[in-house]
Amino acid sequence: MAQRSLSSGRRRAAWLFLSPVLVVLVAVALWPLARTFYFSLTNATLANMSDYRFVGVSNYLAYDGGRWYGVLSDPQWLTALRNTMVFVVVSVSLETIFGVLIALLLNARFPGRGVMRAAMLVPWAIPTVVSAKMWSWMLNDQFGVINDVLVRLGIIAAPVAWLADPSLSMASVIMVDVWKTTPFVALLALAALQMVPKDCYEAAEVDGVGPIKVFFHVTLPLIGPALAIAVIFRLLDAMRMFDLVYVMTGTTDATMTLSMFAQRELVSFQDVGYGSAASSLVFLIIALLTSLYVMTMRLDLGGRSG
Amino acid sequence: MRRIPSHIGLALACLMLAVFLLFPLYYAVLTSLKSGSDLFRVSYWPRDVDLANYVRVWGEQSFARNILNSIVVAVCVVLISLALSVSAAFALSRVRFAGRKTLLYAILAISMFPQVAVLSGLFEVIRVLGLYNNIAGLVLSYMIFTLPFTVWVLTTFMRDLPVELEEAAIMDGLSSLAIVRHIFLPLMAPAMAATGLLAFIAAWNEFLFALTFTLSNEQRTVPVAIALITGASEYELPWGNIMAASVIVTVPLIVLVLVFQRRMVAGLTAGAVKG
Repeated sequence: MAQRSLSSGRRRAAWLFLSPVLVVLVAVALWPLARTFYFSLTNATLANMSDYRFVGVSNYLAYDGGRWYGVLSDPQWLTALRNTMVFVVVSVSLETIFGVLIALLLNARFPGRGVMRAAMLVPWAIPTVVSAKMWSWMLNDQFGVINDVLVRLGIIAAPVAWLADPSLSMASVIMVDVWKTTPFVALLALAALQMVPKDCYEAAEVDGVGPIKVFFHVTLPLIGPALAIAVIFRLLDAMRMFDLVYVMTGTTDATMTLSMFAQRELVSFQDVGYGSAASSLVFLIIALLTSLYVMTMRLDLGGRSG
Repeated sequence: MRRIPSHIGLALACLMLAVFLLFPLYYAVLTSLKSGSDLFRVSYWPRDVDLANYVRVWGEQSFARNILNSIVVAVCVVLISLALSVSAAFALSRVRFAGRKTLLYAILAISMFPQVAVLSGLFEVIRVLGLYNNIAGLVLSYMIFTLPFTVWVLTTFMRDLPVELEEAAIMDGLSSLAIVRHIFLPLMAPAMAATGLLAFIAAWNEFLFALTFTLSNEQRTVPVAIALITGASEYELPWGNIMAASVIVTVPLIVLVLVFQRRMVAGLTAGAVKG
């Protein structure tokens, strides 16, 4: 009896202890998310968010007078969708490959390994906006150090407009993202590598298996689960990319992402209805792709059962 | 015999990696120490040290204010998220109740929300609370990305602490609040330092909310201020000032990260590898 009342008292206490976090998360996450969905069905504007009427799904897609309207038929949104997908696939792939390579390099014992590991934290610690500005200056077409190096080495004949040229700006932005976030993947991969038991390698060595085969048959399967989680963090970040691209190139068609499109509709054009529809689509696309990824990778995000 | 070339290869790979990782910061420092027409001549070594850019950036009234804003916002975000999540972590890790696991996953799922997905709804909340163009609004809105993370990491950490500790305390008749304060808090200090530091960095670096929810120079945080530094025209950005401002806001962060690097890496990997 005493046991029972003790544990029910503890359960009451548990909800009491939980309530502040729950209240705050409802106020800043769930309620705003629901309101954004709600606004996406209206014609609200930023100047007056309380005076609006329902317009159904016409912010998403509508057919009127022989023409399609709505975010889903907006050529700029489709460009942003394509840009975002290119950005996600290329940057996350490169970050994963380089991250694993760097982790393998740093997993070897050598003097100065600690210094290298510290150096890896530097790009990660620099605020994104600052990284964007540093690289914009280095990539400057007239006075940039990158052009200077490449011209001196004879790789390019004349300075290149890395950020202004639409055919190069996406590659430049991806390069900076890779610089900034590969260390994150590398650190997670390194932590996983250090948990691989030594005898796995010794067994392979005894059997005379080559290093590349060892990597694909022993190392990769063992660090796979940790790597898959690092990749999911990167995917989530890349899919909602805003700050780096916004600061480096501004809102141009060549690099505009889905988040940039939604933010511009909402803030610059003050169109809360249309912008909210674009925001909701970002949410839906990310939710869809993330669950697809989790299902195909069969991720057990919880690890041990709690 | 094969070892020597492979050592050279390793050293070379490390050197190239280090240059790639560190050069942008080095070049920013180099640029920030140049002025006048020197700025527009590429050089790889410092020639003379000119602090004019730093003096000019500090002289601008709002920059010191922007730094103060960033510090206040980040410190408040860290303190509030830690306080709230220690209390939640206690409930989620030490008490068995129906729906506990679901709740933990729901909180984790919030960390996957793209910030832009809540932008208009949050704008409305902030406006209704009268916090538009006020750094308090930023503190509130940043909870969306710090809380899920701090709750998750502290819950995993607390789950691993021995049950006997708590049983002894219950025997002694301590209340839940006293158990958290006197038994768990001291043990959790390292985990809290690591998660607190990560929350600090996330708040210090945040851009989208800070750009959207503030309007005047006086309420802006540093990232927005730096992003919006403009010159006489779009093509005449004051790169010396921008680099000086960048170095000012970056160096303390890097010192912090390097001092606490072991804990930081442990905190970063705690959520992922340990799960």
